[in-house]
Amino acid sequence: METKNIMIVGVGGQGSLLASKLLGKLLMTRGYDVKVSEVHGMSQRGGSVVTYVRFGDKVYSPVIDKGEADFIVAFELLEAARWTEYLKPKGKIIVNTQQINPMPVISGKAQYPQQLAEKLKAAGADTDAFDALALAVQAGSTKAVNLVLMGRLSKYFDFTEEEWLAAIEQSVPPKFQQLNKTAFSLGRKQ
Amino acid sequence: MKQLMLGNEAVARGLYEAGCEFVSSYPGTPSTEVTEAAAKYKEIYAEWAPNEKVSMESAFGASLAGHRSFCGMKHVGLNVAADPLFTLSYTGVNAGMVICVADDPGMHSSQNEQDSRHYALAAKVPMLEPSDSAEALSFTKLAYELSEKYDTPVIIKMCTRVAHSQSVVETAERVEYAKEYTKDIAKYVMMPANAKKRHPIVEERTAKLAEYAETAEINTVETGKNNEMGFITSSTSYQYIKEVFGDKYPVMKLGMIWPLPTESIKKFAALVDKLVVVEELDSFIETHCKNIGVSCIGKEKFSLIDELSQGKVAQAMGISTEKGVELGEAIPPRPPVMCAGCPHRGLFYTLKKNKLNVLGDIGCYTLGAVAPLSALDSTICMGASVSGLHGFCKSSKGQMDGNSVAVIGDSTFMHSGITGLVNIAYNQSNSTVIIVDNSITGMTGHQHNPTTGFNLKGEAAAKVDLEALCRAVGINRVRVVDPYNLGECDRVIKEELKAAEPSVIISRRPCALLKNVKHAGPLSVDSEKCKGCGACMQIGCPAISMENGVVKIDSTQCTGCSVCKQLCRFDVFKEV
Repeated sequence: METKNIMIVGVGGQGSLLASKLLGKLLMTRGYDVKVSEVHGMSQRGGSVVTYVRFGDKVYSPVIDKGEADFIVAFELLEAARWTEYLKPKGKIIVNTQQINPMPVISGKAQYPQQLAEKLKAAGADTDAFDALALAVQAGSTKAVNLVLMGRLSKYFDFTEEEWLAAIEQSVPPKFQQLNKTAFSLGRKQ
Repeated sequence: MKQLMLGNEAVARGLYEAGCEFVSSYPGTPSTEVTEAAAKYKEIYAEWAPNEKVSMESAFGASLAGHRSFCGMKHVGLNVAADPLFTLSYTGVNAGMVICVADDPGMHSSQNEQDSRHYALAAKVPMLEPSDSAEALSFTKLAYELSEKYDTPVIIKMCTRVAHSQSVVETAERVEYAKEYTKDIAKYVMMPANAKKRHPIVEERTAKLAEYAETAEINTVETGKNNEMGFITSSTSYQYIKEVFGDKYPVMKLGMIWPLPTESIKKFAALVDKLVVVEELDSFIETHCKNIGVSCIGKEKFSLIDELSQGKVAQAMGISTEKGVELGEAIPPRPPVMCAGCPHRGLFYTLKKNKLNVLGDIGCYTLGAVAPLSALDSTICMGASVSGLHGFCKSSKGQMDGNSVAVIGDSTFMHSGITGLVNIAYNQSNSTVIIVDNSITGMTGHQHNPTTGFNLKGEAAAKVDLEALCRAVGINRVRVVDPYNLGECDRVIKEELKAAEPSVIISRRPCALLKNVKHAGPLSVDSEKCKGCGACMQIGCPAISMENGVVKIDSTQCTGCSVCKQLCRFDVFKEV
């Protein structure tokens, strides 16, 4: 199998590390060679963060380059737009329409671009945009956005729901399992 | 058993399996998780040392006593530990000693992009360079064997993409290791007469290691379908070459990066029509090839700057890459910022308001340089704020005393701020040093340090009394402020700048992200009262924004620190 590429992009603190850990666990149990690349340190402080997940028969590079992503899972709208050029022309981009203003917008030095979800579609990106924050709140916490988005991503894979839930159990402390499973199911259902 | 592990966790697993008993490190991205993961094995004693020099010397002591030991650090940490490194090369080891250094090409979280491979060459200490987690584990175990066989510390060199990427490893059981301690003055007491005898031993060892490099199982040659071209490479660069070319061309992969082999490189070069060296940052392998008379292509195609990727390798080799989806929209950048509720914010606002020169240091508070606070004048390395301020004030003959401060974190002060403060007291510059004490090592992800009262394992530990320490080195004026209280900060800073002797201000409040910190809860906004004056926007809080000329609070982020409330003249912000 040719290597598949998933990018998880968002704002530092949104929980993308847990999402990539979950994906890595699941893909490994399915027998794939897997590489997951994370960013730690300064960029985590509210900056733009990206995680690469790659799987296949044999994975070499730990990173994904421009035009290579089969999937981009964007935790925030502006971040979806920032990383679009990494999407394969036939790739799919899953977008949480939540907007988090970056400091240049907060301080009035720049504008948050308007109607980005529509612009993504107009540019030819296969876009699945929805309000993941609302579903996370429904599940019980704004912090569950990551699992709502994993639920949505799961729709495009042929793994069973049980396999995903088992991976959640392996990646999340017992205390938060119910919340995360509910968030996952809400994302997957819609 | 097969497991998915971070490169750093795999190094820790290698320590466990090799029977390592003693780990001492100072945290630094991208090296921190090695020591955090090692601490989870009950068979390994692991600790955070105050700095990298202390950690390396402690690891030496453990090796001397007969226990396999380890210290880990980021690239700039090796600069701090360079002093013991160069002489440990002379003494060698008793039980195996392994040093891990993690470079940060691309500077994801660093102040420079130095290439630590030069340290192996300069200190004459062998260096191994894994290219994924499986190698991180196996090379670490091999490093202990080499360390004991050749009587030398061995360096494992990581980089961000190996350290912070997870890949599949096969784990094994731990094998215990023990060695007796025997006193050996000629080997371990490096005074001139003894060191003169040790230096030739170092040179002989290097020759033997170079011979080992010729046949080392971690230096591999993969054949290709086409010998018109061939690559010599190491680390992640190997992965990028394989990603682009698969098995099209032969590849020589160097797992041992110093000493480099000579004959096997010549043999490989003779096999191919054109030889290309692919390596990140400096021309380390390329220079060696040219020194031994092997002509190759290298830095004329690949940059000395930044990390590589498969796309960059392809482009350098003239191969077109796929274009992604083009949006055609200007996307505003999202630089890292101080978190909502960060205790550093109130302090930096006060420094900016008073138009002070601020000599900064390494930590989350380096973000005080980012707009709109823009409150820093310099950041160099750990501790440089304190010693830099001394020179800044002393040389200016009073011109800078009343309008300049140093800002340094609690952990950084322990690391190398103390000696600078001793210098201020001893040589009496009228300096004002601010220790931003957030009770944790923040930037690297919440590690304990000697001021927090807990050790790496989270157990209660001796706690340095910062006030008493500053007084003990000769600072008479030591004040403590709460950075959430802007009035108090402003008053105390003004008083201490006016004072005619050196002073220390401790700006004390725990990091807002610490789990045990209780927050007041998000503020609410009375939109009717807001005049849109923007006073609250000057603190660069990510929870505050303006919408249609009226302030808005993001309740998912706001902690209720109320620094913004203190700036508002129209009573807009309310505690809920």
